Amino acid sequence: MTEKIIISGAGGQGVMLLGRVIAEVALNENKFTSWLPSYGAEVRGGSAFCMVVVSDEEIPSPYIEKADTLIVFNKPSLEKFISWLKPEGLLLVNSSLVPKLNPNKNIQILSFPLTEIAVKLGNIKVANMVALGIYLKRKKLFDIKTVFKTIKKITLSDKKNLIDINIKAIKEGLNLI
Amino acid sequence: MKKEKILISGNEAIGEGAIQAGCFFYAGYPITPQNELTAYMAKRMLQEKRVFIQAESEISAINMVLGASAAGFRAMTSSSSPGISLKQEGLSYLAGCQLPAVIVNIMRAGPGLGNIFPAQSDYFQATKGGGHGDYYCIVLAPFSVQEAFDFMFFAFDLADKYRNPVMILGDGFLGQMVEPLTVKFQIPNSKYQIIKKDWALTGCKKRAPNIIKSFYLKQKELEKFNLLLQKKYKTIKRRETRWQEIDVEDARIILVAYGTMARIAKGVVRKLREKGKKIGLIRPITLWPFPQKAFLKNPKARYLVLEMSYGQMVEDVKLALEGDKNVEFLGRAGGGIPTEEEIIRRVK
Repeated sequence: MTEKIIISGAGGQGVMLLGRVIAEVALNENKFTSWLPSYGAEVRGGSAFCMVVVSDEEIPSPYIEKADTLIVFNKPSLEKFISWLKPEGLLLVNSSLVPKLNPNKNIQILSFPLTEIAVKLGNIKVANMVALGIYLKRKKLFDIKTVFKTIKKITLSDKKNLIDINIKAIKEGLNLI
Repeated sequence: MKKEKILISGNEAIGEGAIQAGCFFYAGYPITPQNELTAYMAKRMLQEKRVFIQAESEISAINMVLGASAAGFRAMTSSSSPGISLKQEGLSYLAGCQLPAVIVNIMRAGPGLGNIFPAQSDYFQATKGGGHGDYYCIVLAPFSVQEAFDFMFFAFDLADKYRNPVMILGDGFLGQMVEPLTVKFQIPNSKYQIIKKDWALTGCKKRAPNIIKSFYLKQKELEKFNLLLQKKYKTIKRRETRWQEIDVEDARIILVAYGTMARIAKGVVRKLREKGKKIGLIRPITLWPFPQKAFLKNPKARYLVLEMSYGQMVEDVKLALEGDKNVEFLGRAGGGIPTEEEIIRRVK
Protein backbone atom coordinates (compact mmCIF):
# COMPACT_ATOMS: atom_id res chain seq x y z
CA MET A 1 0.00 0.00 0.00
CA THR A 2 1.25 3.47 -0.88
CA GLU A 3 -1.02 6.48 -0.49
CA LYS A 4 0.04 9.87 -1.83
CA ILE A 5 -1.90 12.88 -0.65
CA ILE A 6 -1.73 16.51 -1.72
CA ILE A 7 -3.47 19.01 0.54
CA SER A 8 -3.89 22.61 -0.53
CA GLY A 9 -5.71 25.73 0.57
CA ALA A 10 -5.22 29.24 1.81
CA GLY A 11 -2.65 29.94 4.50
CA GLY A 12 -4.51 29.74 7.82
CA GLN A 13 -6.92 26.98 6.77
CA GLY A 14 -4.86 24.34 8.53
CA VAL A 15 -3.43 22.71 5.43
CA MET A 16 -0.01 22.06 6.98
CA LEU A 17 -1.46 20.79 10.24
CA LEU A 18 -3.79 18.37 8.48
CA GLY A 19 -0.85 16.89 6.58
CA ARG A 20 1.25 16.71 9.68
CA VAL A 21 -1.50 14.95 11.64
CA ILE A 22 -1.86 12.30 8.91
CA ALA A 23 1.92 11.74 8.98
CA GLU A 24 1.93 11.52 12.80
CA VAL A 25 -0.91 8.97 12.72
CA ALA A 26 1.01 6.95 10.11
CA LEU A 27 4.08 7.03 12.36
CA ASN A 28 2.04 5.79 15.31
CA GLU A 29 0.77 2.91 13.19
CA ASN A 30 4.38 2.03 12.31
CA LYS A 31 4.02 2.88 8.65
CA PHE A 32 6.59 4.65 6.53
CA THR A 33 5.65 8.27 6.04
CA SER A 34 6.93 11.60 4.77
CA TRP A 35 5.51 15.10 4.92
CA LEU A 36 6.78 17.85 2.66
CA PRO A 37 5.56 21.41 3.14
CA SER A 38 5.58 24.10 0.50
CA TYR A 39 8.04 26.63 1.81
CA GLY A 40 7.84 29.60 -0.53
CA ALA A 41 6.89 33.08 0.52
CA GLU A 42 3.69 31.70 2.07
CA VAL A 43 1.62 34.15 4.09
CA ARG A 44 -1.76 34.03 5.82
CA GLY A 45 -4.34 34.23 3.07
CA GLY A 46 -1.83 33.23 0.39
CA SER A 47 -1.71 29.70 -0.91
CA ALA A 48 -0.14 26.79 0.92
CA PHE A 49 0.17 23.11 0.20
CA CYS A 50 1.82 20.00 1.54
CA MET A 51 2.49 16.50 0.32
CA VAL A 52 2.08 13.43 2.51
CA VAL A 53 3.09 9.89 1.62
CA VAL A 54 2.03 6.89 3.71
CA SER A 55 3.36 3.47 2.77
CA ASP A 56 4.17 -0.06 3.88
CA GLU A 57 7.51 0.29 2.13
CA GLU A 58 10.40 2.73 2.24
CA ILE A 59 9.41 5.99 0.52
CA PRO A 60 11.61 6.96 -2.44
CA SER A 61 10.55 10.58 -2.85
CA PRO A 62 8.60 12.88 -0.58
CA TYR A 63 7.67 14.83 -3.69
CA ILE A 64 4.43 13.69 -5.32
CA GLU A 65 4.08 13.64 -9.09
CA LYS A 66 0.69 11.92 -9.19
CA ALA A 67 -1.58 11.93 -6.16
CA ASP A 68 -4.02 9.26 -4.98
CA THR A 69 -5.91 11.87 -2.99
CA LEU A 70 -6.28 15.60 -3.38
CA ILE A 71 -7.84 17.66 -0.59
CA VAL A 72 -8.58 21.29 -1.51
CA PHE A 73 -9.94 24.04 0.66
CA ASN A 74 -10.33 26.82 -1.89
CA LYS A 75 -10.76 27.43 -5.61
CA PRO A 76 -7.19 28.40 -6.58
CA SER A 77 -5.98 25.14 -4.99
CA LEU A 78 -8.38 23.09 -7.07
CA GLU A 79 -7.28 24.82 -10.24
CA LYS A 80 -3.61 24.38 -9.42
CA PHE A 81 -3.63 20.72 -8.43
CA ILE A 82 -6.52 19.00 -10.23
CA SER A 83 -4.21 17.81 -13.01
CA TRP A 84 -1.94 16.18 -10.42
CA LEU A 85 -4.66 13.72 -9.40
CA LYS A 86 -4.43 10.16 -10.73
CA PRO A 87 -7.33 8.79 -12.77
CA GLU A 88 -9.73 7.16 -10.28
CA GLY A 89 -8.17 9.34 -7.58
CA LEU A 90 -10.12 10.83 -4.69
CA LEU A 91 -10.91 14.54 -4.69
CA LEU A 92 -12.16 16.01 -1.42
CA VAL A 93 -13.46 19.54 -1.91
CA ASN A 94 -14.48 22.29 0.46
CA SER A 95 -17.67 23.38 -1.28
CA SER A 96 -17.95 26.43 0.99
CA LEU A 97 -15.23 28.03 -1.10
CA VAL A 98 -15.38 26.01 -4.32
CA PRO A 99 -18.98 26.63 -5.38
CA LYS A 100 -19.21 24.89 -8.73
CA LEU A 101 -17.54 21.67 -9.66
CA ASN A 102 -17.74 20.24 -13.15
CA PRO A 103 -18.79 16.59 -13.04
CA ASN A 104 -15.89 14.30 -13.85
CA LYS A 105 -16.37 10.56 -14.25
CA ASN A 106 -12.67 9.79 -14.07
CA ILE A 107 -12.28 10.75 -10.43
CA GLN A 108 -14.16 10.18 -7.21
CA ILE A 109 -15.49 13.44 -5.81
CA LEU A 110 -16.50 14.13 -2.24
CA SER A 111 -17.80 17.64 -1.76
CA PHE A 112 -18.78 19.11 1.61
CA PRO A 113 -19.11 22.67 2.95
CA LEU A 114 -16.19 22.16 5.35
CA THR A 115 -15.90 25.79 6.41
CA GLU A 116 -19.63 26.10 7.16
CA ILE A 117 -19.60 22.84 9.10
CA ALA A 118 -16.65 24.08 11.14
CA VAL A 119 -18.41 27.36 11.89
CA LYS A 120 -21.47 25.43 13.09
CA LEU A 121 -19.22 23.37 15.36
CA GLY A 122 -18.03 26.61 16.89
CA ASN A 123 -14.53 27.10 15.44
CA ILE A 124 -13.86 27.95 11.79
CA LYS A 125 -10.32 26.63 12.15
CA VAL A 126 -11.39 22.98 12.44
CA ALA A 127 -12.51 22.67 8.80
CA ASN A 128 -9.29 20.71 8.30
CA MET A 129 -10.27 18.18 10.96
CA VAL A 130 -13.72 17.74 9.43
CA ALA A 131 -11.90 16.91 6.19
CA LEU A 132 -9.71 14.46 8.11
CA GLY A 133 -12.77 12.65 9.42
CA ILE A 134 -14.25 12.31 5.93
CA TYR A 135 -10.92 11.14 4.57
CA LEU A 136 -10.44 8.56 7.31
CA LYS A 137 -13.90 7.11 6.80
CA ARG A 138 -13.47 6.88 3.04
CA LYS A 139 -9.96 5.42 2.88
CA LYS A 140 -9.95 3.38 6.11
CA LEU A 141 -6.14 3.44 6.26
CA PHE A 142 -5.93 3.96 9.99
CA ASP A 143 -7.53 2.85 13.22
CA ILE A 144 -9.66 5.77 14.45
CA LYS A 145 -8.42 5.17 18.00
CA THR A 146 -4.85 5.88 16.84
CA VAL A 147 -6.06 9.14 15.35
CA PHE A 148 -7.60 10.36 18.61
CA LYS A 149 -4.58 9.19 20.57
CA THR A 150 -2.29 11.04 18.16
CA ILE A 151 -4.28 14.27 18.41
CA LYS A 152 -3.95 14.16 22.20
CA LYS A 153 -0.25 13.36 22.01
CA ILE A 154 0.83 16.06 19.57
CA THR A 155 -1.21 18.92 21.01
CA LEU A 156 1.09 21.34 22.81
CA SER A 157 0.65 21.54 26.56
CA ASP A 158 -0.75 25.09 26.49
CA LYS A 159 -3.27 24.17 23.78
CA LYS A 160 -4.87 21.16 25.46
CA ASN A 161 -8.19 23.02 25.62
CA LEU A 162 -8.42 22.59 21.83
CA ILE A 163 -8.35 18.80 21.85
CA ASP A 164 -12.12 18.43 22.34
CA ILE A 165 -13.17 20.65 19.46
CA ASN A 166 -10.71 18.93 17.11
CA ILE A 167 -11.96 15.48 18.05
CA LYS A 168 -15.54 16.69 17.72
CA ALA A 169 -14.73 17.92 14.19
CA ILE A 170 -13.15 14.61 13.21
CA LYS A 171 -16.24 12.76 14.51
CA GLU A 172 -18.48 15.11 12.53
CA GLY A 173 -16.49 14.26 9.40
CA LEU A 174 -16.72 10.54 10.12
CA ASN A 175 -20.51 10.82 10.32
CA LEU A 176 -20.89 12.72 7.05
CA ILE A 177 -20.42 9.69 4.81
CA MET B 1 17.56 6.05 27.85
CA LYS B 2 15.09 4.42 25.45
CA LYS B 3 15.12 5.09 21.75
CA GLU B 4 12.16 7.05 20.45
CA LYS B 5 10.71 7.31 16.95
CA ILE B 6 9.67 10.86 16.18
CA LEU B 7 8.63 12.92 13.17
CA ILE B 8 11.14 15.66 12.49
CA SER B 9 12.37 17.72 9.53
CA GLY B 10 15.81 17.25 8.02
CA ASN B 11 16.84 20.70 9.19
CA GLU B 12 15.85 20.00 12.78
CA ALA B 13 17.46 16.54 12.68
CA ILE B 14 20.75 18.15 11.63
CA GLY B 15 20.46 20.54 14.58
CA GLU B 16 19.72 17.80 17.12
CA GLY B 17 22.49 15.64 15.65
CA ALA B 18 24.97 18.49 15.99
CA ILE B 19 23.99 19.13 19.61
CA GLN B 20 24.29 15.48 20.55
CA ALA B 21 27.63 15.31 18.75
CA GLY B 22 28.93 18.00 21.06
CA CYS B 23 28.59 21.14 18.95
CA PHE B 24 29.31 23.88 21.47
CA PHE B 25 29.14 26.93 19.23
CA TYR B 26 26.71 27.77 16.44
CA ALA B 27 26.61 30.99 14.45
CA GLY B 28 24.26 31.49 11.53
CA TYR B 29 22.25 33.92 9.49
CA PRO B 30 18.74 33.16 8.19
CA ILE B 31 18.14 31.95 4.65
CA THR B 32 15.50 29.66 3.13
CA PRO B 33 15.41 26.62 2.93
CA GLN B 34 17.55 26.06 6.04
CA ASN B 35 15.84 28.46 8.46
CA GLU B 36 14.41 25.69 10.64
CA LEU B 37 17.96 24.62 11.46
CA THR B 38 18.94 28.07 12.71
CA ALA B 39 15.65 28.33 14.60
CA TYR B 40 16.17 24.92 16.18
CA MET B 41 19.67 25.87 17.31
CA ALA B 42 18.40 29.17 18.71
CA LYS B 43 16.13 27.20 21.03
CA ARG B 44 18.13 24.07 21.82
CA MET B 45 21.64 25.52 22.20
CA LEU B 46 20.40 27.80 24.96
CA GLN B 47 18.62 24.91 26.69
CA GLU B 48 21.96 23.10 26.75
CA LYS B 49 23.76 26.23 27.95
CA ARG B 50 25.87 26.47 24.83
CA VAL B 51 26.47 29.34 22.45
CA PHE B 52 24.04 30.40 19.73
CA ILE B 53 24.64 33.58 17.78
CA GLN B 54 22.52 35.02 15.03
CA ALA B 55 25.31 36.86 13.30
CA GLU B 56 24.89 40.08 11.31
CA SER B 57 25.95 38.29 8.14
CA GLU B 58 27.06 34.94 6.74
CA ILE B 59 30.64 36.18 6.61
CA SER B 60 30.73 37.09 10.23
CA ALA B 61 29.12 33.75 11.17
CA ILE B 62 31.83 31.69 9.49
CA ASN B 63 34.56 33.83 11.05
CA MET B 64 33.02 33.41 14.49
CA VAL B 65 33.14 29.68 13.85
CA LEU B 66 36.83 30.04 12.98
CA GLY B 67 37.43 31.78 16.30
CA ALA B 68 35.50 29.21 18.36
CA SER B 69 37.29 26.37 16.58
CA ALA B 70 40.71 27.95 17.22
CA ALA B 71 39.81 28.00 20.91
CA GLY B 72 39.17 24.25 20.79
CA PHE B 73 35.37 24.12 20.66
CA ARG B 74 33.25 22.07 18.29
CA ALA B 75 31.77 24.78 16.08
CA MET B 76 29.29 24.90 13.24
CA THR B 77 27.47 27.20 10.84
CA SER B 78 24.76 26.61 8.25
CA SER B 79 23.33 28.40 5.26
CA SER B 80 22.01 27.87 1.77
CA SER B 81 23.72 28.38 -1.57
CA PRO B 82 24.13 32.20 -1.86
CA GLY B 83 25.07 32.33 1.82
CA ILE B 84 27.62 29.54 1.37
CA SER B 85 29.24 31.57 -1.41
CA LEU B 86 29.73 34.37 1.10
CA LYS B 87 31.38 31.95 3.49
CA GLN B 88 34.04 30.77 1.04
CA GLU B 89 36.77 33.07 2.29
CA GLY B 90 36.25 31.75 5.81
CA LEU B 91 36.28 28.18 4.54
CA SER B 92 39.59 28.74 2.83
CA TYR B 93 41.04 30.22 6.03
CA LEU B 94 39.71 27.29 8.09
CA ALA B 95 41.42 24.90 5.68
CA GLY B 96 44.58 27.01 5.66
CA CYS B 97 44.68 27.15 9.47
CA GLN B 98 43.85 23.44 9.69
CA LEU B 99 40.86 24.15 11.88
CA PRO B 100 37.97 21.71 12.31
CA ALA B 101 34.45 22.99 11.66
CA VAL B 102 31.16 21.74 10.28
CA ILE B 103 29.38 23.75 7.59
CA VAL B 104 25.88 22.80 6.46
CA ASN B 105 24.67 23.78 2.99
CA ILE B 106 20.98 23.12 2.31
CA MET B 107 21.12 23.92 -1.38
CA ARG B 108 18.69 26.03 -3.35
CA ALA B 109 18.75 26.80 -7.04
CA GLY B 110 21.13 29.35 -8.56
CA PRO B 111 23.08 31.08 -9.96
CA GLY B 112 22.88 34.43 -8.22
CA LEU B 113 19.98 34.75 -5.85
CA GLY B 114 18.24 32.07 -7.92
CA ASN B 115 15.20 30.81 -6.08
CA ILE B 116 14.38 28.75 -3.03
CA PHE B 117 13.56 25.49 -4.82
CA PRO B 118 15.69 22.45 -4.00
CA ALA B 119 18.76 21.87 -6.17
CA GLN B 120 22.17 20.22 -6.17
CA SER B 121 23.92 22.93 -8.11
CA ASP B 122 26.68 23.57 -5.56
CA TYR B 123 28.47 20.26 -6.11
CA PHE B 124 31.44 21.87 -7.84
CA GLN B 125 31.75 24.55 -5.17
CA ALA B 126 31.57 21.99 -2.35
CA THR B 127 33.87 19.32 -3.74
CA LYS B 128 36.52 21.29 -5.64
CA GLY B 129 37.58 23.64 -2.88
CA GLY B 130 35.15 26.50 -3.21
CA GLY B 131 37.35 29.27 -1.91
CA HIS B 132 40.85 30.19 -3.03
CA GLY B 133 43.91 27.98 -2.64
CA ASP B 134 44.67 24.28 -2.86
CA TYR B 135 42.33 22.79 -0.33
CA TYR B 136 39.40 20.44 0.05
CA CYS B 137 36.49 20.14 2.42
CA ILE B 138 35.30 16.67 3.31
CA VAL B 139 31.75 16.59 1.91
CA LEU B 140 29.00 14.31 3.23
CA ALA B 141 25.67 13.84 1.46
CA PRO B 142 22.86 12.41 3.64
CA PHE B 143 19.77 11.15 1.80
CA SER B 144 17.27 10.77 4.64
CA VAL B 145 16.32 12.53 7.85
CA GLN B 146 17.91 9.64 9.76
CA GLU B 147 21.20 10.11 7.93
CA ALA B 148 21.00 13.88 8.36
CA PHE B 149 21.03 13.21 12.11
CA ASP B 150 23.57 10.38 12.12
CA PHE B 151 26.07 12.10 9.85
CA MET B 152 26.53 15.00 12.27
CA PHE B 153 28.49 12.73 14.64
CA PHE B 154 30.56 11.52 11.72
CA ALA B 155 31.10 15.10 10.50
CA PHE B 156 32.37 16.48 13.81
CA ASP B 157 34.59 13.44 14.36
CA LEU B 158 36.12 13.72 10.89
CA ALA B 159 36.64 17.45 11.32
CA ASP B 160 38.50 16.96 14.60
CA LYS B 161 40.43 13.95 13.43
CA TYR B 162 41.84 15.66 10.35
CA ARG B 163 41.64 19.28 11.54
CA ASN B 164 39.70 20.09 8.40
CA PRO B 165 36.35 21.71 7.55
CA VAL B 166 33.56 19.22 6.81
CA MET B 167 30.54 20.16 4.76
CA ILE B 168 27.11 18.56 4.96
CA LEU B 169 25.58 18.95 1.51
CA GLY B 170 21.82 18.55 1.34
CA ASP B 171 19.11 19.97 -0.89
CA GLY B 172 15.97 21.87 0.06
CA PHE B 173 13.87 18.71 0.08
CA LEU B 174 16.14 17.07 2.62
CA GLY B 175 16.00 20.13 4.84
CA GLN B 176 12.25 20.60 4.59
CA MET B 177 10.91 17.07 4.50
CA VAL B 178 9.59 15.53 7.68
CA GLU B 179 9.97 11.82 8.26
CA PRO B 180 10.51 9.41 11.14
CA LEU B 181 13.79 9.55 13.03
CA THR B 182 14.87 6.98 15.56
CA VAL B 183 16.69 8.88 18.23
CA LYS B 184 17.84 8.53 21.79
CA PHE B 185 17.47 11.83 23.60
CA GLN B 186 20.57 11.28 25.65
CA ILE B 187 22.34 13.92 27.65
CA PRO B 188 24.32 15.55 24.87
CA ASN B 189 28.05 15.45 24.98
CA SER B 190 29.08 18.70 26.58
CA LYS B 191 32.77 18.01 27.05
CA TYR B 192 34.77 21.05 26.03
CA GLN B 193 37.36 19.23 23.95
CA ILE B 194 35.93 15.93 22.83
CA ILE B 195 39.22 15.01 21.21
CA LYS B 196 42.26 16.48 22.96
CA LYS B 197 43.45 19.49 21.00
CA ASP B 198 47.04 20.34 21.92
CA TRP B 199 47.11 22.93 19.17
CA ALA B 200 44.13 24.97 20.42
CA LEU B 201 44.45 28.53 21.73
CA THR B 202 43.54 27.94 25.34
CA GLY B 203 45.89 30.35 27.11
CA CYS B 204 49.61 29.48 27.13
CA LYS B 205 50.32 29.63 30.83
CA LYS B 206 52.88 26.91 31.63
CA ARG B 207 53.33 25.89 28.01
CA ALA B 208 54.82 27.23 24.80
CA PRO B 209 52.41 29.46 22.85
CA ASN B 210 50.38 27.91 20.04
CA ILE B 211 50.12 29.81 16.79
CA ILE B 212 47.26 29.37 14.33
CA LYS B 213 47.78 31.01 10.96
CA SER B 214 47.44 30.51 7.26
CA PHE B 215 50.09 33.05 6.33
CA TYR B 216 53.52 31.84 5.19
CA LEU B 217 55.51 34.71 3.82
CA LYS B 218 58.50 32.63 2.77
CA GLN B 219 58.12 30.74 -0.48
CA LYS B 220 59.54 27.42 0.74
CA GLU B 221 57.60 27.56 3.97
CA LEU B 222 54.25 27.72 2.15
CA GLU B 223 55.20 24.93 -0.20
CA LYS B 224 56.16 22.75 2.76
CA PHE B 225 52.81 23.49 4.36
CA ASN B 226 50.90 22.81 1.16
CA LEU B 227 52.63 19.44 0.77
CA LEU B 228 51.59 18.63 4.31
CA LEU B 229 47.97 19.44 3.43
CA GLN B 230 48.18 17.30 0.28
CA LYS B 231 49.49 14.40 2.34
CA LYS B 232 46.53 14.80 4.67
CA TYR B 233 44.09 14.82 1.74
CA LYS B 234 45.65 11.60 0.43
CA THR B 235 45.11 9.96 3.81
CA ILE B 236 41.49 11.13 3.87
CA LYS B 237 40.93 9.73 0.38
CA ARG B 238 42.37 6.39 1.40
CA ARG B 239 40.52 6.03 4.67
CA GLU B 240 37.28 7.96 4.58
CA THR B 241 35.64 7.31 1.22
CA ARG B 242 32.09 6.04 1.68
CA TRP B 243 29.35 4.97 -0.67
CA GLN B 244 26.31 2.71 -0.87
CA GLU B 245 25.71 0.32 -3.72
CA ILE B 246 22.65 -1.69 -4.65
CA ASP B 247 22.64 -4.58 -7.13
CA VAL B 248 25.77 -3.38 -8.92
CA GLU B 249 27.50 -6.70 -9.75
CA ASP B 250 25.21 -8.01 -12.47
CA ALA B 251 23.73 -4.67 -13.58
CA ARG B 252 23.62 -3.68 -17.24
CA ILE B 253 22.72 -0.13 -16.26
CA ILE B 254 23.79 1.63 -13.07
CA LEU B 255 22.23 4.82 -11.77
CA VAL B 256 24.52 7.24 -9.93
CA ALA B 257 22.93 9.77 -7.59
CA TYR B 258 23.27 11.35 -4.16
CA GLY B 259 20.93 13.05 -1.68
CA THR B 260 17.24 13.33 -2.59
CA MET B 261 18.02 12.27 -6.15
CA ALA B 262 19.35 8.95 -4.80
CA ARG B 263 16.04 8.24 -3.03
CA ILE B 264 14.18 8.59 -6.30
CA ALA B 265 16.84 6.49 -8.07
CA LYS B 266 16.56 3.80 -5.39
CA GLY B 267 12.80 3.66 -5.95
CA VAL B 268 13.39 3.23 -9.69
CA VAL B 269 15.89 0.41 -9.10
CA ARG B 270 13.44 -1.37 -6.80
CA LYS B 271 10.60 -1.01 -9.29
CA LEU B 272 12.56 -2.16 -12.36
CA ARG B 273 14.35 -5.02 -10.56
CA GLU B 274 10.93 -6.45 -9.73
CA LYS B 275 10.29 -6.52 -13.47
CA GLY B 276 13.58 -8.33 -14.05
CA LYS B 277 15.62 -5.42 -15.35
CA LYS B 278 19.32 -5.65 -14.49
CA ILE B 279 19.72 -2.25 -12.90
CA GLY B 280 21.79 -1.01 -9.97
CA LEU B 281 22.63 2.10 -7.99
CA ILE B 282 25.81 3.73 -6.76
CA ARG B 283 25.16 6.40 -4.14
CA PRO B 284 28.23 8.43 -3.14
CA ILE B 285 28.02 9.28 0.57
CA THR B 286 31.29 11.21 0.63
CA LEU B 287 31.22 13.51 -2.39
CA TRP B 288 34.79 14.47 -1.55
CA PRO B 289 36.62 12.19 -1.45
CA PHE B 290 34.65 10.82 -4.41
CA PRO B 291 34.19 7.04 -4.28
CA GLN B 292 36.08 6.19 -7.46
CA LYS B 293 36.54 2.58 -6.35
CA ALA B 294 32.80 2.01 -6.49
CA PHE B 295 33.04 2.11 -10.26
CA LEU B 296 35.73 -0.57 -10.54
CA LYS B 297 33.31 -3.36 -9.78
CA ASN B 298 31.38 -3.07 -13.02
CA PRO B 299 33.11 -0.55 -15.28
CA LYS B 300 31.56 -1.87 -18.48
CA ALA B 301 27.95 -1.19 -17.50
CA ARG B 302 25.93 1.70 -18.89
CA TYR B 303 25.95 4.53 -16.35
CA LEU B 304 23.18 7.10 -15.94
CA VAL B 305 24.08 9.99 -13.63
CA LEU B 306 21.10 11.77 -12.07
CA GLU B 307 21.43 15.21 -10.55
CA MET B 308 19.33 18.16 -9.52
CA SER B 309 21.73 20.28 -11.56
CA TYR B 310 22.84 20.51 -15.16
CA GLY B 311 25.72 18.08 -14.78
CA GLN B 312 28.40 18.41 -12.11
CA MET B 313 29.00 15.06 -10.40
CA VAL B 314 28.83 13.47 -13.85
CA GLU B 315 32.37 14.78 -14.43
CA ASP B 316 33.70 12.82 -11.45
CA VAL B 317 31.93 9.71 -12.71
CA LYS B 318 33.65 10.11 -16.07
CA LEU B 319 37.01 10.48 -14.32
CA ALA B 320 36.32 7.36 -12.25
CA LEU B 321 35.48 5.41 -15.41
CA GLU B 322 38.37 6.97 -17.33
CA GLY B 323 36.19 8.15 -20.16
CA ASP B 324 32.67 9.12 -21.10
CA LYS B 325 31.77 6.38 -23.57
CA ASN B 326 29.27 4.70 -21.29
CA VAL B 327 28.20 7.67 -19.16
CA GLU B 328 24.88 9.42 -19.67
CA PHE B 329 23.31 12.28 -17.77
CA LEU B 330 19.84 13.39 -16.74
CA GLY B 331 19.39 16.49 -14.64
CA ARG B 332 17.18 19.47 -13.89
CA ALA B 333 17.38 22.39 -11.48
CA GLY B 334 15.62 25.63 -10.74
CA GLY B 335 12.14 24.31 -10.09
CA GLY B 336 11.81 20.76 -11.32
CA ILE B 337 13.76 17.64 -10.51
CA PRO B 338 14.07 14.48 -12.63
CA THR B 339 10.95 12.43 -11.95
CA GLU B 340 10.66 8.67 -11.58
CA GLU B 341 8.79 8.58 -14.87
CA GLU B 342 11.52 10.51 -16.72
CA ILE B 343 14.24 8.27 -15.31
CA ILE B 344 12.40 5.09 -16.30
CA ARG B 345 11.92 6.47 -19.81
CA ARG B 346 15.67 7.13 -20.09
CA VAL B 347 16.63 3.74 -18.68
CA LYS B 348 14.60 1.81 -21.25
